[in-house]
Amino acid sequence: MALQSLDIARRSATTTEAPKVRETTEVAKLIDVSACIGCKACQAACMEWNDIRPEVGNNVGIYDNPQDLDDKTWTLMRFTEVEENGRLEWLIRKDGCMHCADPGCLKACPSPGAIIQYSNGIVDFHQENCVGCGYCITGCPFNIPRLSKTDNKAYKCSLCSDRVAVGQAPACAKACPTGAIKFGAKEDMVHYAEARIDDLKDRGYQNAGLYDPQGVGGTHVMYVLHHADKPTLYADLPENPQISPTVALWKGVAKPLALLALGATAIGSLFHYVMKGPNEVSKELEAEMEKEDAK
Amino acid sequence: MIRNPRDLQRYNASERANHWIVGICFILLALSGLAFFHPALFPLVNLFGGGTWARILHPWIGVVMAVFFVIMFFRFASLNLMGGKDWDWLSKVGKMVDGNDHDMPEQGKYNGGQKLLFWLLTLCMVLITVSGVVMWRSQFDFPTELVRIAVVVHAAAAAFMIGLIFVHVYAAIWTRGTIRAMLYGTVTRAWAKQHHRGWYRQMTGKD
Amino acid sequence: MTNHWVDIKNADLVLIMGGNAAEAHICGFKWVQEAKQGRKARLVVVDPRFTRSAAVSDYYAPIRAGSDIAFLSGVIHYLLENDKIQHEYVKTHTNAPFLINPDFGFEDGLFSGYNADKRNYDKSTWSYQMGEDGYARVDPTLQDPNCVFQLMKKHFARYDADTVSRITGTPKDAFLKVCEMIAECSAPNRTMTILYALGWTQHSVGSQNIRTMAMIQLLLGNMGMAGGGINALRGHANVQGITDQCLFGESLPGYLHEPTDAEPTLESFVTKRTPKMLRPGQMNYWSNYSKFFVSLLKAFYGPNATADNNFGYDWLPKQDTAYDVLAMFERMHQGRMNGFACQGFNPLASVANKGKVSAALSKLKYLVVIDPLATDTSEFWKNHGELNKVDPAQIQTEVFRLPAALFAEHEGSFTNSSRVIQWHWKAADGPGETREDTEILGQLFTRLRAMYTSEGGAFPEQLMKLHWPYRIPSHPSAEELAREISGYAVSDLADASGNVTVKAGEQVAGFAVLRNDGSTACGNWLYSGMWSQAGNLTARRDNSDPTGLGQSLNWGFAWPANRRILYNRASCDASGKPWDPSRNILHWNGKAWGGNDVPDMRPNAAPEEGVGAFIMTGEGVARLFAPGMVEGPFPEHYEPFETPLGKNPMHPDVPAVVSNPAARVYKGDMEVFGKADEFPYVATTYRLAEHFHFWTKTSKINAILQPEHFVEISEELAAEKGIRKGDVVTVRSNRGHIKAVAVVTRRIPVLTVEGRKVHTVGIPLHYGFKGETKPGYITNTLTPFVGDANSQTPEYKAFLVDIEKA
Repeated sequence: MALQSLDIARRSATTTEAPKVRETTEVAKLIDVSACIGCKACQAACMEWNDIRPEVGNNVGIYDNPQDLDDKTWTLMRFTEVEENGRLEWLIRKDGCMHCADPGCLKACPSPGAIIQYSNGIVDFHQENCVGCGYCITGCPFNIPRLSKTDNKAYKCSLCSDRVAVGQAPACAKACPTGAIKFGAKEDMVHYAEARIDDLKDRGYQNAGLYDPQGVGGTHVMYVLHHADKPTLYADLPENPQISPTVALWKGVAKPLALLALGATAIGSLFHYVMKGPNEVSKELEAEMEKEDAK
Repeated sequence: MIRNPRDLQRYNASERANHWIVGICFILLALSGLAFFHPALFPLVNLFGGGTWARILHPWIGVVMAVFFVIMFFRFASLNLMGGKDWDWLSKVGKMVDGNDHDMPEQGKYNGGQKLLFWLLTLCMVLITVSGVVMWRSQFDFPTELVRIAVVVHAAAAAFMIGLIFVHVYAAIWTRGTIRAMLYGTVTRAWAKQHHRGWYRQMTGKD
Repeated sequence: MTNHWVDIKNADLVLIMGGNAAEAHICGFKWVQEAKQGRKARLVVVDPRFTRSAAVSDYYAPIRAGSDIAFLSGVIHYLLENDKIQHEYVKTHTNAPFLINPDFGFEDGLFSGYNADKRNYDKSTWSYQMGEDGYARVDPTLQDPNCVFQLMKKHFARYDADTVSRITGTPKDAFLKVCEMIAECSAPNRTMTILYALGWTQHSVGSQNIRTMAMIQLLLGNMGMAGGGINALRGHANVQGITDQCLFGESLPGYLHEPTDAEPTLESFVTKRTPKMLRPGQMNYWSNYSKFFVSLLKAFYGPNATADNNFGYDWLPKQDTAYDVLAMFERMHQGRMNGFACQGFNPLASVANKGKVSAALSKLKYLVVIDPLATDTSEFWKNHGELNKVDPAQIQTEVFRLPAALFAEHEGSFTNSSRVIQWHWKAADGPGETREDTEILGQLFTRLRAMYTSEGGAFPEQLMKLHWPYRIPSHPSAEELAREISGYAVSDLADASGNVTVKAGEQVAGFAVLRNDGSTACGNWLYSGMWSQAGNLTARRDNSDPTGLGQSLNWGFAWPANRRILYNRASCDASGKPWDPSRNILHWNGKAWGGNDVPDMRPNAAPEEGVGAFIMTGEGVARLFAPGMVEGPFPEHYEPFETPLGKNPMHPDVPAVVSNPAARVYKGDMEVFGKADEFPYVATTYRLAEHFHFWTKTSKINAILQPEHFVEISEELAAEKGIRKGDVVTVRSNRGHIKAVAVVTRRIPVLTVEGRKVHTVGIPLHYGFKGETKPGYITNTLTPFVGDANSQTPEYKAFLVDIEKA
């Protein structure tokens, strides 16, 4: 859901241009994993702003709660214990939609206008247009969208497109007590991240860096990682995410080619009929049978 | 058309019903499936009461089709075993398409083309059904990696199958006197003798 | 906090020890991030667990729960040994040069004057050598063998790095690394801030834990400095306010003492409580004790308090014995208490040894629970299966629940850890029949007084003489109370030349104008000035920060006197120049003390006058040698009452000093201390980021975020015990057991102490049988009923348990 209507960069299952006269600044949420303490205030803020409440679950021996994203859990802290350079590290990554510049979900979606990408970079689901096929899940390289068990619509983080549309930061960024979640123009966020990375390098994290994977054209949710060379340390953050080749094939060349082939078959048949005429029973045989009948 | 009591029974009522159940299912599936396949065809969902209904109905229709296809398969499988003369027929199919069927080898109830179509459709049905189950999100929860393969297989097999059915339908239209076999079960003896002489002989005992 | 939240950003080194700021003080923790990002500060965490704070630290060192004094004493040793102290500061602002009574001594873990039967000290030898001028003798060269500095050197010489490592389990290299980082802050232009919380207070040596750190900060010259100080992070938004307003049974508002039986008259009380000046020319600010105290009595009794009746001193209850929380429940447990009112308090869950608390509550005639929530305590009598196995038929206690409004449902003020009093406004009406706490108490008072008027009763004066000037007597308003707390003139106040400066009925500007002749009334001298003639200063919200040091003097009102950094005079050298000119919060401008804080000093006291920076002490300097402490003027490592070692490694052959020799232990509690052979693992309890005490378990969102009780153990212990993550385990102490889910983690280090392995079992405390979270056991079923020798804060942080798969 969202408030925008004139600044749509892309619209799912739509082959014509979307309304885009209004120009907006490309935004980004920057999650500084090195400053995150995993307090889950972002999760609470997300639940409150969006008015969603997943079930009270159980402890299964880890700090992650709920244990996975679902239709009512759009963001979630994932805790990982690793040992790097002989030191224990407790890596805490806020998982959720990355708002790819080249969104696999949007590419996979068959329903016109169910997934929208705004010119500010936010990829938003419009559930009223969602048919519930789950193709978006297939398209997503980050394993984010979830189908509701009750209404069968797909849900995920909207980057609070409703707040951003009126000049507010997303609820999670607003709530983050340590400043680990920043929100602003993507350019500014990249700039800010550089300072953070310098600081981390100064503290001995030689491989600190920004996670803005180009395989999906960059993302509008970025991470500052202490170990940018090993994103998989952070609860399996993909090293080089991209839209799955099978999905790319399926929603890429296969689409026009298949239609072309089918169209060609149909038209070819017609022309064959027109040019060659029907395959009729020969007059001799007809006559032979009539003769037989006459007996 | 005047019915001739000496027309040959090609399909009984049960076989015809089975075929048409499968056929109707196919049409519905093709329409709804194509709607999801290409944005240009998405408006087809309106035939089903909208996108969500199309998404809900499509797999269930698929289940119906799969069940009746299986029945049909067992009805006709033995008649569609390929033999040497079928391959011979197929090798000469170009001439036939060109309008000259005089040199075609003699065929039984089904010619080589029909038999090949039968097996290709069967293969498509297997692929589509299996991949369709894997993609059926509202009922199953298969690993995304598997679903990603399934969606391509489903789409490719379905597109191919639609092509096959185009051929199937056109062949029926092009070969005049054929469609009635599936409408009321009989064909003329002349039709049989011309297109399926072996079967004609078998049915009539004549040469 | 001696400093304040925002000031953390001025630190060069942030040490988190005895606390877990990132977990328990999340919002304040942002200032640590500011320090890291703005000043490139380093963050060091020393904790028995690799905490959320450790997760974002630059360096983490593990430590055995309950061995902090050994660690910190080792740091003192390191600083002295490597000459990493701020000499000028130590000489100018501490009692290092002071000469101590030659009879003072320390042997076998005991200071001179110990009485083993009473478990306390005769402190007469813990004293300064007094000169003929009546003042304490000093040796500015610090060479006299009896001077504090030399005594200290000798005392801490025993805490070398190997010894520290052997006791604490901290690897020696890790310990030395932390020492090095701390030592860098002895430079005058580098400061360390220490953030601690209940991880230090909740030990039988809690006060000494903090004091040892205070000594380090003094040696480094960090007290009074921007980015320095000793910073207790308070848990509840208003727990600082609670402490300030005397909600401990043993003190009156503003840390004035509750009179005891030994002080039968006002004069005897004031004489005893007013300290002597120990060095010439000092401010000795407690010499104003009687002004604060009489003004308090005037606030209590109004016109009924007159010079003739000692301002109602006789009506004040006199303490006969201890009235701390453990003492109260001990008395209740002995069946010597009829009724108990608990307001905003869930003792069944939050006091040590739930079994004993439950038995104690069962002996009451009535229990009144004033709370916004249906607390576990209010259902202590109800059988909740194995979670609360009681037989209601056997419990005769009548329980009254009075639903109270939550903080956002009424006006009032919060005092945060920074000592900043901030007004808050009502956001919504309370649900159902809730009433504001002030109304509940107002109703109780007015009804009781009506009953006394018609029927009479015991001790009528206490009730009938009370000054109750509120517009709606059954519902005093927050404003009325705030004005009373801040203080007002009872009659016209005139200055020395006879000019009236404050008219009768006007609000006073601060505690400096309070008087002991009955002409002023003040509910809490520390808060005096919060509501002056200028209005409610706690409602100010001006966050302008002209110097960028975070000193927003027009935001709320900080006690005392709106001072943001305590002891700020110590941020300057003897001549009044700041130690670090780049962090100039105060300096002598030739005529007066000025800067961007309220000077903690007489504004016109020229440096040449030699007025010490620590105005609350009679000697004007900070005490490295502190005779006020119950268990010794210097800290010494004592084991927790439940020790995994069974001895004090500093004094292995002296059974009397295994644990704090001056801590109070009740009969029956000593017997239920567990021993290491039966309960081999060190347990420590703590809070989680996702929850707030026993409150948020009733809130859906918090329950979603951390839904179920768990305990944390190391992978090694888990393997030994055949426990896998997610298994339900039973944790047992000598007082009871709980069951919870096992979180098996590398974040719980396995330590080598005294040559053997010590395992830690971490137990969060937020769960109980009431609320939205999965019903759980109460953690304090396990904890021992013994407290710190000075404050009686229970030892929740170090005790012994066993664990097994349930």
